[in-house]
Parts: sequence; structure tokens; C-alpha cells
Amino acid sequence: MDAEIREVLASYGRLPMGVGALGRSDDLYRAGLTSHASVNVMLGLEDTFDIEFPDALLRKGTFESIVSIASALVSLGVEPAVHEQGTK
Amino acid sequence: MTTITHLNERQFQAPERRVGEQIGADVAGPAADDVDSRSRFPREAIDALREAGMLGALIPVELGGLGLNLESVAESVTDLARHCSSAAMVYAMHQIQVACLVRHGDSDELRAFTRSVATEGLLLASATTELGIGGNVRTSSCAVQREGDRFTLQKQAPVISYGQYADAILATARRAPNSPPNDQVLVVCRKGGFGLEEKSTWDAMGFRGTCSLGFVLTAEGPATDILPVPYGEISSQTMLPVSHILWSSLWFGIASAAADKARRFVQAAARKNPDMTPPNAMRLSELTTVLQQFQDVVFAARARYSEISDNPEKTTSISFAIAMNSLKVSASTLVVDVVQRALLICGMAGYANKSPFTLARLLRDSYGAQLMVNNDRINANNAQLLLVSRGV
Repeated sequence: MDAEIREVLASYGRLPMGVGALGRSDDLYRAGLTSHASVNVMLGLEDTFDIEFPDALLRKGTFESIVSIASALVSLGVEPAVHEQGTK
Repeated sequence: MTTITHLNERQFQAPERRVGEQIGADVAGPAADDVDSRSRFPREAIDALREAGMLGALIPVELGGLGLNLESVAESVTDLARHCSSAAMVYAMHQIQVACLVRHGDSDELRAFTRSVATEGLLLASATTELGIGGNVRTSSCAVQREGDRFTLQKQAPVISYGQYADAILATARRAPNSPPNDQVLVVCRKGGFGLEEKSTWDAMGFRGTCSLGFVLTAEGPATDILPVPYGEISSQTMLPVSHILWSSLWFGIASAAADKARRFVQAAARKNPDMTPPNAMRLSELTTVLQQFQDVVFAARARYSEISDNPEKTTSISFAIAMNSLKVSASTLVVDVVQRALLICGMAGYANKSPFTLARLLRDSYGAQLMVNNDRINANNAQLLLVSRGV
């Protein structure tokens, strides 16, 4: 799942530094993620994982780090292991 | 600086919510024309607010403030704005900074500073915009430089309203020289630790007393004057909603002042000819409908925020950001609508500069509302947010 999140971040996050340099729990906003870009990241994640973020998850904290994104996705029923297998 | 020693006595004598109205009528109103024509700082109104302890209105009692809630402060902003938009704007902008300090200045040093804002009646200004960032206050190009336990900062600010009259300026900057543009902090630059070099003058259509000159701000101070939480959080949880709530309350005050003139104009006409309802009365009725709509929008937004202001989960949600952005756009448009309707009702008496019904200053002030944090920018932000919104 992490790899796909990183891909989405690379495509839509407009981060000044490479996504590869980011740790899983690094603060994405401190790494340069703007609120504008986070909307595009959200749309990218919805498309990639075929999910829809409910209203309750539409807040800053959801997109704070790769870990927080992953846990939001898990809460929406994306299964990390199964999904990783599917993409390998 | 005046030390306020008689707060409790005053509080006892006059319910705080009337203080704004009293200072508006007795001090700010009589000076408003001079403030406007000379584009000068509304010093007497701000001094009177300081004397009454109102600069510390939002600060908890245990820190020396009046411990009022945002709704009461918003009411006093409306009251002041009925008499002098500029004095009300200076007061509102100060309170926005105070609200940020109260909610996010959670360290011993910043609490001590907050206490001195209340007890000494310090006036706070803000430096959020910067040359070269295109008006987007969520990015900075300047950065805080830390050396040991001290910081230095230099910022090219196209506007610092009443900067030269402020006792402290809260400035945004990047966290460090290697931080990306949106990794911002809010820094308290205290008098004695900052210098201002004037870069532009302020001679504008309206809000002439806010003295919104451009400056190069140079500041230094203890690193503890950097607020501990990221500016992004301060902005979404406090600065943005409080700004839009206080500004819309202010614009509502301008609109009510204009509506009041229109009402008195129509009533004067009715007294001259009691046999028939003056034709303008119909326009007054239409104006009142818009004014009430305006009031409802403003009051609902205050209630909405006060309900969730302690819940960061909710204040950082997209639907709340959309709601606060919409408030700003509605209120800043409605104020022009109401003043223009009042102008049509008062006719030449409203158009004339020297007449009891003149609307010149109110009309000029009302047009500023759509430009300060331009509505196009806000609508563009909402357009982006609506791509993922799930509705209200």
C-alpha cells in the first residue's frame, strides 16, 4: 500500500523534495504538501484504491503522513496485504 | 504604556457588551470623519478600548483579560463599525491575533506575554502577506533564522496594517531557511525587538484609518516567541475562522449604519407627508430583507464556530473551511448591496459629502471587503475544496 501512496504523492503532492526521501511518519505538510495539493492527492488516492473518503476523514490530519493515509485507507476497507499482493 | 488597574470596577459598572457601543458613539464616531479625511490612525478609539480593558477582551480572566467569548467581541466589533469602520477594523485585526495567542500560545513565555497584552493593553498587528507570494498567506518566502536561543527575521511585507502603532507584530515565516514555503511558523515580534522601514504609503478609497502601509520588517528576539504549533494549524483552527467571523461582523455594522440612515431618511419624508407612505419605503423594506439575511448569515457563522472551536477535528475539516470561506464571500458582497440600497433611498442627500445622510465613507469602506483577501482567491480555494466535498 505504501508504494501506491508514494506514487500518488509523487504524481499529485507537488512536494519540493523527492517522495523517496520521506519517512513513513514524516509530516507531509512540513515537507511542503499544500492544502491545494492535498485535495489532488485525495482524488488520486480515491482513484487508485477505488474508494471514497467520507466526510469525517476530510480533514487535515488524514493526510498528515504516509502512516495516517494508510490507516485511513485501512479504515475504508483497503486491505494492505491483499492489495500489495494484487499489485506485485 | 497605561497599566489597567480598574478593570473589575469598570466591568461591574458597564456590561462589556455595551462598551463597544459606548466607545463607538462617544469616541470613534466623532473622530471618524477626521480619521477618514486625514487617513490617520484612530488613536482616540484604540486608547479608549485599551482603557476599558477591551484589548484583552478575549484573554481569560486568570491571565488578566476580560474573559469574553468570541461572540461578545464580534458584537462589539459590529457596534464600533456602526461609527467608524477603521477603528473597528484595527480592533478586529488585533483580536484575531489575540485569539491565536490564547489558543495556540501554550508555553510559559507566551502565556506571560498574553498576560501583558491584557494588563498593559498591548496592541497587536499582523504581517502575513509577503512580496512575491502572490497573496497566498499559506506560503512564506522569508525564514526564521535561529542562533542558540534567539531568532532573527526579515520580511518584505506589502501591508502591515497600523504596524507603526503596534506593540507587537505577529509575523509568518518559514520554520527554517531549508523549509518548504508552506512549512510556516507564527512569530511574535515585540516592540524593541523589531524595526519597520516604510516602503509604501496608504492613501486608499476606504478603511483609510487602518494605515495599511508596506514595510520591511526586521525582528529579533528569544526563540520562545515562535509559537510552538505549525502555522497551518493556527490558520485553519483559529486565524481563518476568527478573521472571517470578525470581519463579517464588522461589515454587518457598516451595513446597519447605512440602513439606519436610510430608515431615518424615509421616516423624515413620512413625517412631512403623513397621508401617504413615501415611495422610498418600499425600497427600505427590500433593504431590510437583505440586512436581515446578512445578520442571519453572520450570527449563524458565529454559532457554528463557537460550537466546534475546541474541536480541531472539526475546525480542520473541509466542510468547515468551505463554510467559513463562503461566509467571507457572502458578507463582503452583502455589505455593498445594503449600502448601495441605502444610497438609492437617500438619493442626493446620501451622495453629498456634507449632509446628515451622506453615505460616502460607508460606501467607500464597504468596497474594501471584497478586496481584502480577494474574493476571487477565496472562490478559487473553495472551487478546489469542492472537488472532494461531500456536501453540507
